[in-house]
Formats: sequence, structure tokens, C-alpha cells
Amino acid sequence: MQETMVRIKLADYDSLPVGAGQAITVNGENIVLFRISNGDVKAVENRSPHRKGGTLADALVSGKFIYCPVYDLKISLEDGKVQAPDTGEVKTYHVEVIENEVYITI
Amino acid sequence: MKKKLVMIGNGMAGVRTIEELLKLQPDGYEITIFGNEPHPNYNRIMLSTVLQGDKSIEDIIMNDWDWYKNNGIKLYTGEAVVGIDNQKKQLLSDQGRLVDYDELIIATGSSSFILPVPGSDKQGVVGFRDIHDCEMMIKDSRKYKKAAVIGGGLLGLEAARGLLNLGMEVNVVHLMPHLMERQLDETASGMLKKELENQGMNFLLEKQTAEILGDERVTGLRFSDGSEIQADLVVMAVGIRPNVQLAKDSGIYVNRGIVVNDYMETDMPNIYAVGECAEHREIVYGLVAPLYEQGKVLAANLAGIPANPYEGTICGTQLKVSGCDLFSAGEIGDDEGTKSIKVHNEFDGIYKKIVIRDNRIAGIVLYGDTKDSNRLFRMLTKREDISGMTSVSILEANGCCGGGEAGDVAAMADDELVCGCNGVTKGTIVDAIRTNELTTVDEVGGCTNAGRSCGRCKSLISDILAYTLGDQYDTSVKKAGICGCTTLSKDEIVAEIREKGLTNVREVMNVLGWSQEEGCSKCRPAINYYLGMINFDGYKDERDSRLVNEKMHANIQKDGTYSVVPRMYGGVTTAADLKKIAEVAEKYDVPLVKMTGGQRIGLFGVNKEDLPAMWEDLGMPSGYAYGKTLRTVKTCVGEKFCRFGTQDSMGLGIELEKKFERLDTPHKVKMGVSACPRNCAESGIKDIGFVGVDGGWEIYIGGNGGTDLRAADLLDTVKTKEEAMEITGAYLQYYRETAAYLERTAPWLERMGLEHVKEVLADESMRKQLNERLDKTLERYNEPWQEAISDNGIKEKYYKVRNVTVE
Repeated sequence: MQETMVRIKLADYDSLPVGAGQAITVNGENIVLFRISNGDVKAVENRSPHRKGGTLADALVSGKFIYCPVYDLKISLEDGKVQAPDTGEVKTYHVEVIENEVYITI
Repeated sequence: MKKKLVMIGNGMAGVRTIEELLKLQPDGYEITIFGNEPHPNYNRIMLSTVLQGDKSIEDIIMNDWDWYKNNGIKLYTGEAVVGIDNQKKQLLSDQGRLVDYDELIIATGSSSFILPVPGSDKQGVVGFRDIHDCEMMIKDSRKYKKAAVIGGGLLGLEAARGLLNLGMEVNVVHLMPHLMERQLDETASGMLKKELENQGMNFLLEKQTAEILGDERVTGLRFSDGSEIQADLVVMAVGIRPNVQLAKDSGIYVNRGIVVNDYMETDMPNIYAVGECAEHREIVYGLVAPLYEQGKVLAANLAGIPANPYEGTICGTQLKVSGCDLFSAGEIGDDEGTKSIKVHNEFDGIYKKIVIRDNRIAGIVLYGDTKDSNRLFRMLTKREDISGMTSVSILEANGCCGGGEAGDVAAMADDELVCGCNGVTKGTIVDAIRTNELTTVDEVGGCTNAGRSCGRCKSLISDILAYTLGDQYDTSVKKAGICGCTTLSKDEIVAEIREKGLTNVREVMNVLGWSQEEGCSKCRPAINYYLGMINFDGYKDERDSRLVNEKMHANIQKDGTYSVVPRMYGGVTTAADLKKIAEVAEKYDVPLVKMTGGQRIGLFGVNKEDLPAMWEDLGMPSGYAYGKTLRTVKTCVGEKFCRFGTQDSMGLGIELEKKFERLDTPHKVKMGVSACPRNCAESGIKDIGFVGVDGGWEIYIGGNGGTDLRAADLLDTVKTKEEAMEITGAYLQYYRETAAYLERTAPWLERMGLEHVKEVLADESMRKQLNERLDKTLERYNEPWQEAISDNGIKEKYYKVRNVTVE
């Protein structure tokens, strides 16, 4: 079991498209990165919080929110919370961009 | 150490008690719940909507597994408690589990009462009580056609409506001469019967079931008068019976239900009962509002907070069957001590009866117009003295309390219940509106849960919004925008785009004052569509504003895989193409190869990153099986092979598909071409269908084989293929220009009127203009699969999945 958090390089910032998620598997953990319109990169686990499951990579992105592509839940990229009236949550990850390189702490 | 609270039963009343307790005392108890059913807590009163097809079982789950986890509640589902040892304060489950308790709640609910007639144990006899019953009815409806519902009460009629929706023939058998005789008087009951007969139900009144016929499975019913009917499915909806056996065996005092006092305490220390298994002041309740009130009192009792005693509830009832607006509460019959006010408008199908005893409302029956139900029900439960009021002012809201709806709401106390299903008071709603700046009924539901169960209280919530927000409410709510980001309607948005010459999605949202800067999943695809429809001359599509399937040019499946369906014009293919599809399926290890409903081959379960390579290997155009566009043109073989075919259906089908493929339409469009009136291509239920007749084609429009089946209407008969193509172009373009995004042609045609559409399409210059705009639009499309193959940017952005390994 991993106890300490590690910082992992994921991708070049420039290679991340705006407006579409990028699915990444890091040591078996499914994560999706979003480079949003203000330039920030956000990362959440690649799993729809809907009880039927699904993925988030192809979500529609609107500012700091995404809409789950399978069930249309509105999810905040800031804290991973599903917006009312639906409920649920996905894991979020700490992302840093250092000199064109995107790092995640996991 | 925390005290141990154990609850037997995982239903609505019990879990509501726990919710209330968690609010009052989040850390007071270590909580364990035993549930007989394998599910988390669901909304039982919504089962009829599941059966009627409006909701799925998942939709009615109220507290999902996470809720139990997050609140630290230990939940054992599918496990029954078989014994209570009051001395040792211990429970025993059927799996041999021993659990200690300090406080014990019995919330075992009730079961369907199954009539003790011979044959009631046969296969195909069900109650209507839980998810299992519901699933069984849905399953049986696929195999069997004839259903009998025993019981013409609330539950029976809701079940019957559901079975009708499932395509069954339904006989409702009722012992009494009137339906819902406990809630409705003769007049209202008669009106209800008529309406339900119009919907397709058949009634057998004053019939007593004597025997259920059949060997292993039911085949029919025999009544006490000797008559018989056939039935492959029998639903018993004659009442409920409290589940009290466990309490009885444990020595707790049980009458009809487990007898409790005003604080929900049984006669045994530290043991409580709540819900449909409990009997309070000789009443066992079967409706949700009183059970929630009981839950509140019990929660306060367990938290050690002084609360008002539970003193019983007067229940209001409404039927959840579309087309039947009815409400009933209190006494419905007349006697010497009562007077009543009645209004009966046979023209509009409205009936109202208010029963008055000692100058107070004692009963209400409303049929056809139930908007005053909340107000009247409140007057009933508050025991308001009405001696100073005229009969008109009792029946009409505007005369009452001197102020119409808003005044009516103003008179409500803060702790008065608005949503009985979810136990939400006026005060809670007003607070939520003020604190969270809510402006719509749905938003209030999102914050407080009010109105999210049966929905009866929605009009009252709307009144509370009006009362709380004053003038603001009128301007912001009465006009519903296309989504939560705007108050503008589709027509207004289209007009603004035209007038201001707007050209991209972002600009529309900026200029028209969107509340969410980058829009949402509802408005963005719609705006993108409207822009493309208006700026037909070279609109640049905004791929990231498309719905997911269109963005990816493949249908997403729930596990994140996609499907590939190549174009197969008119359903015609070649041996070479079939081989290629087979090779690709093998190469990429496609888990499912299936003929689709639209005459082509679908490859299902494809990994996203494989899509471009598969498209390349196939070398075929996209079939747009995912799009709001022309999907398929179904054809029969027609004159080339069929001995009846009078026309070349494949030829016309292929030509139509080649011309109109890729066109953006408000919703998907399907076509059918049959070479003769035998109609093998099912052209009569397509958005546009052609039927070959001797010397020409009949053209049908507005058909739909989807959720709401609609037969197409005859638009015209033409002589040549060219005329058919021209009319199709004009029709498609007129639909594109006038429909709302996601409005299919069937509802569109009903909204516009067949005669109107006929007139437009009969006008030659109009047809010409429509076709010109359409042809211009068609020029801008590219083959999306080929585009993806040759564009690395697209592959990178949409189809790439990365792996990162860390040493």
C-alpha cells in the first residue's frame, strides 16, 4: 500500500486540447484531464458518479463544470461534486503546470 | 460509547426516521438497519410510475448505498430478522447473526393482501407492493397479453394503467359498484370510470372472485356468480396487511398493527414501531404523509428532544394516472349532520364536492380540476371555521382569505407541511428560496426535495415562490427558457441570432446574457444547431458543443466503449463490403456484431482509441447511427425482385439517402420506401415514408415508431421520383427551420398542423426557396470518418488515451 503522495508527470501542457478530456491511466488508476478555457488543467477520476457507471473522458466542458457524457450529470471540476438536483461525487487530483509540463499528485 | 440503535426494515418510514434523527443528533447512535429486500431505500409510492414506464427503478432510489456509507450506517440487505430477545436486548437474523441493541425500531411495513381464494398460489398471481412485483409484471407483459387486476381502488387502478402501458389487455375486477368508493362519491367515481374506459380499461364491477383458474399458471378467474374471464396475469390490489408476525412472536402487543402510543412506543421498553406496521389510535396508515409525521416524532423521542405527540393524520389522496386529475380527503358521503357544496360541469368534465359539518370542511372530492386541493385540504386539516364564507368563496381561491393565491400562502404557518411525501414545510422552502436565490419549482426541489415525489404540491410551491419573490417571480419563471442558462425561448434565440447576425456559440451566450458563461449540455448543442440552420452558407460547426455521440461520431456505451455502424445505402450491400466488415470485426475483436433496426450492420463494444483505425480499414462512410440527422432509409426489394412491387423502392431509397445524408436536423430522421401498399419497409411510421402505387408514390409524413407511436399522415401523391425528391427536400428544410432542437417530426407536425404543412409544401415558389437553402447547407458537410483518418489533430484530441507508468 502506497502511503506517501508522489508527483507524476503526465503530459506536455501544449499537447492537451482545450474543450475535450484526455483519458490517462496512471499505474492502473483511471484519470481524465481537462484543460479548461481559462488555461487551468483539472483532473478527476474517469468514472461517472451515476449509479450505472460510465466514463467522463468525453464530457461536455463548460467553464469549471463538465457534463457526464452518459447521464448528463453536472460535475464541478473544482471539488468533484455533482450539482443539484443530482447527487454524487468523483475524486479530484491536485494538478500543477510547471514549465509546460503537467504534474499530478497522487 | 455510543448507544446502539437497530432498525428492522429499510423502507420509507423507517429510513425517514433515521434521516430526521441524523439531523437532530448526528453522532448519537451507532446505527444498524436490516432490510428484507436486496435494494437500498426506494420510493414505494413511485412504483406505479415505474410500472407505467415514466421512471426506471434506479430513478426512485431515495438513499443510495453511499448514503448509508457516508452516515456510518451498517446495512444488511436481503437478510431478515427472525427473533427479538427483549431480556438480553438482542436480535437474531435468518443468517444466524446476533446483534445487540439499546433501542430498537420495528419498521417492517406491510404486504399485499392476497385474497384467500382457491388458486391464489398459482404462478402469475402477484401483489403490487415492491420492486419484485413490478419487475415480474414487466417481465410477464412481454409473454402474456391478458391481465386481470383485482381491486378498483387507488393501487389497483395505478397498476391497471401500468399494465395497459405495457401493452396488455386489462380487466379490473371490483367487488363494489363504484371505483375508489372510499375516496370518491358516485358521481366522481362514474366520471373516473368513463375516463379510464376511454383509456382502454375494462371494468367488471360487483364481481366477487371465487377461484383462480389454471394448472400451474393462472389462466382465468371464476366469480361467485359463475361467470369466468381469461387472464394470464392476476394482480391483487385489494389492500395491505401490516407485517407484524415478528412483533407478535416476540410478545409485543399487536392488534391489527403493532400498537404504539403518541410517541411511537410499543408496550415493550426500548422498542418502537413506525410506518405501515404500526397501529396508532386504532388506525394503520397506508399513505406516506402520516408515516413521515410519525418518523419525525420518533426521531425526536430517540434524540431526547421534547416534541409534540403524534395525534394522527387526515389523509388526502390523489391518483397517479395521466388524464385523471382527482383529489379526495376526509368524509365523502353525506349524512344528516352534513351539508355539501357541489359543482358539476359536465361539459368540461369537472366535479367538486365539499362536505361541511359543524361549519367546518369535513371532506373534499375534486375531479377534473384539482388546483384548489391544497387550499381546501389545509382548511380541512386546520378545522377552519367557514361560517362567514359564501359557497363561491369556499370553492374559488380568489374569494378566500381576501387575497387569492399569494394571500392564501401568506396565511400558512411556517411549520405547515407543503410536500407531504418529503415532509417539507413552508418555512423550509421560503428559507431555501431566500438563501439560495431560487427562482423555479425545480430549483426548490433540488434544494429541499419538495415536489420531487408525487408532484401534487408543485402548484403550491409555485405559489410560495410567487409570494416570496414578489414581482421577480413573474418575470423570471412564467417564461421558461430552453435551459437554466437563459430565460429566452427557442423562437427568441433564433430571432436574436438572425437580427444581430450572431455566428458562434460563445457569441450568442455573451450577447444574450447567459447566466453560465459557457452554457450547458442543453443549450450548447441547441445553439450550435440553430446557428448552422440559420447561417447555411458556410457555418463552422462547433464540435465541442455537440452531444457526445455526434462529437465522437460513434454511439457511446455505458462502459465508455463505442459502436461503429457504416452507411449501407437503402439497406443494400455487397459481398465485398460484408467481407470487409467481417474482417474488421475479427481484427479488432469486436464483442458484438448485430443487424440494427435500420437495415445495417453494427459493431458494438469498440475501444475509443481503435475507432479511427477501424474506420480506415472499413473504408466506408459513417452511417450516422448516432446523429440528429438522416439515419437510415429502409427499403423493401420492390419491383426488381418482388412479384407485388409496383415501384423501384431500392432505387428511390438509395437516392434519398445519398442526397440527404449528414444533414443536421433538429432530431434524428428516418425514412422508409415501400414498393407497394403491403408496406414491408414500414413507411407509415417513419418521419417521411413513400409507398409505391401504380403510376407513382404516396408520401407520408410525421410518423414515429419510437416511444410515442404515431402513424404518418398522407401528404401528397406524386408521379415521379424527381417530384418525391423535391418534396422531401422542402419538407426536411421546413422542419429544420421551424422545429425546436430535439423536437421530432411527429410532435412537430402535430404542433404545426398537417393542413399548414400541406399548404407550405404545395406552394411551388416556397418549395423552391426551401430547397435552395437546403442544397446550400448540404454543400458544407464532409465525411467525418475520412476526416478523422486524415487529421492527426482530430485523432489526438478526441481518440487518444494515454498511459503513464511510474517506476
